[in-house]
Amino acid sequence: MNSFLNIIQRDLHLALRQGLDSLMVVMFFVIAVVLFPFGIGPEPGILARIAPGVIWVAALLASMLSLERLFQTDYEDGSLELLSLSPLPLELTVLAKVITHWLTTGVPLIIAAPLLAVLMNLDTDGFAMLLVALILGTPSLSLIGAVGAALILGARRGGVLLSLLILPLFIPVLIFGVSAVDAAILGFPVKGQLLILGAFLIGAVAVCPFAAAAAVREAVK
Amino acid sequence: MSWIILVPRTKKDPKVNESSAMKRIDWLANPARFQRLSRRVRPVAAWLTVGLLAAGLYLGLFQSPADYQQSETVRIMYVHVPAAWMGLFCYVSMAVAAGVGLIWRHPVADLAAKATAPIGASFTFLALVTGSLWGKPMWGTYWVWDARLTSMLVLLFFYLGYIALVNAFDDPARGTKMSSILALVGVINVPIVKFSVEWWYTLHQSASVVKAGGPSIHPSMLWPLLLMAFAYTTYYIWILLLRIDGEIAATKIRAARMRQVHG
Amino acid sequence: MMESISTFLNMGGHGVFIWPSYLLSALVLILLLVFSLNFRKNMEAALGAFRDEKDAHK
Repeated sequence: MNSFLNIIQRDLHLALRQGLDSLMVVMFFVIAVVLFPFGIGPEPGILARIAPGVIWVAALLASMLSLERLFQTDYEDGSLELLSLSPLPLELTVLAKVITHWLTTGVPLIIAAPLLAVLMNLDTDGFAMLLVALILGTPSLSLIGAVGAALILGARRGGVLLSLLILPLFIPVLIFGVSAVDAAILGFPVKGQLLILGAFLIGAVAVCPFAAAAAVREAVK
Repeated sequence: MSWIILVPRTKKDPKVNESSAMKRIDWLANPARFQRLSRRVRPVAAWLTVGLLAAGLYLGLFQSPADYQQSETVRIMYVHVPAAWMGLFCYVSMAVAAGVGLIWRHPVADLAAKATAPIGASFTFLALVTGSLWGKPMWGTYWVWDARLTSMLVLLFFYLGYIALVNAFDDPARGTKMSSILALVGVINVPIVKFSVEWWYTLHQSASVVKAGGPSIHPSMLWPLLLMAFAYTTYYIWILLLRIDGEIAATKIRAARMRQVHG
Repeated sequence: MMESISTFLNMGGHGVFIWPSYLLSALVLILLLVFSLNFRKNMEAALGAFRDEKDAHK
C-alpha cells in the first residue's frame, strides 16, 4: 500500500511541478468547445441541443492529449523497467499512474465543465448530471487510455496511433455519458445510464490494469 | 487433431529464459507441420470457394425472387449480409488467435491473428459499402446512422487500429504481441459497442426515417444467402492460409538474418 | 433476347445499386486474393534466395 501511494505521490509531484500541463489540457478543452459556436453559429437553441455531445467529445479529446506521456517519460529513462521489477505488482503501478492521470486531467476537466456548459447554453437541468456523468466517466477514459498508452510504447508516430486506438473504445462511454445529460434535461430517468457508466468503470478497473501491465511488460522486454 | 501442439506455459518468472535451442525447436516444429497441412487444405478451400460462389450467385441473381417490399434491391443482401457476418466472425477469430498466441505462446496463432486482420477489414469495408448502396434505394440516403451500419463502422475502426499498431513497430514480433493485447481488449468491446449503439439508435430513432428491421427471409432467399456465407468462409480460410504461410516465411527470414548478424 | 438481358441488368431500376455492390465485392475479394498470393510468393522466394545465398557461402 505504501509503495502504491508512493507512486501516486511521486507522479503527482512531477505533474504539479509541470502544472502547466494540466492547465494546457483544460485550455484545450475550452478552446475545442469554443470552436463550435464559431462553426455552427451562435443561435442558443442549436447550441443547447448539441451542448452535452460537444462537451463530452471535447472531454474525450482533452483526456487523450495527456495520455501519450503516461508511460513515455518513464519508458525513456528506464524507470518503467525498474517499476516492472519492483515488488509492487505492475498492475497496481499502472493503477497508480491512472489515478494520477485522472487527478491531473479528469478532475480539471470536471471543474472546467460548468463554465463550458454556460458557454454552450446547456439547459440548467443538465448541469448537475453533466458533472455526475463526467465524474463517473472520466476515470474509465483514463483507464482505457492507459491501455492505449502502454500499447504504443516504442511505436512510431505514437501520438496519432494512440487516438486511432482508443477513440473507438471511448464510444460506449460517450454514448451513455451524453444520454445521461440529455435524459436529465428532458426529465427522463437517468438511473439506467448511470448504472451502465458505473458498470463500465468497474469493468475498466477489472480489465485495463492487466492489459496495460501486459503491454508494459512486453515493451520493457 | 494432434497436429497443433498447444503446450500450456504457465506465467513463470519472465526473467528466466528458456534455452534458445529449445525455443528454436518449438518454433520450427509447429510451423513446419502447419505448412504441410496448409498445402493440403488450400486447394480444397479454393475450389470450395469457387463452387459455393458460383452456386450462391446463380441462385441469388437468377433463381431467387424479388422481394415484394424491396423489389430487386434485396439481392444486395446476398453480398452485404455475408460480408457483415464475416467481418464480425473474423474479428472474433482474430481475438481467439491472439489469445492463444499470448497465453500459450503458440507462434502460428500470433501470425494467424495478424493474417486475419486485412481479411476481416476488407469484409467489414464491403459490408459498409454494400450496406450504403442498399440504403440508397431503400431509405433514400447513402448513409444512415442505424445501429447495424454504425456498429460496422466502429468495427472497421477497431480493425484499422489493429493493423496500424501491428505495423508501427520496427520489431515485428513486438508489433504482433502488442496488437494481440489490443485485439483482446477490442473483442470485449465489440458486444459493448453493439449494445451501446443499439441504445443510442433507439433513443434517436424518432428523428430518422429508417424502417426498423431487415427483410424477413424466405426459403428461396435463405439458400443463396447461406451459400454465399459459406463461400465467404471458405474464402477466408483460403486467404488466411496463404497469408500465414507468407508470415511464417517472413519470420524465418528475420530469424535467419538475426542469427547471421549475431553469429 | 436483348430485351430480357437489358431487363435483367436494369433490375427494376435498381441495377445501378445492385451491380456496383456485386462488382465491388468481387473487386475487393479478388484484389485481396492477388495481394495475398503475391505476399506468400515473394516471402517464400526471398526465403529461398536467402538460403541459396547462405549455402553458397558455406
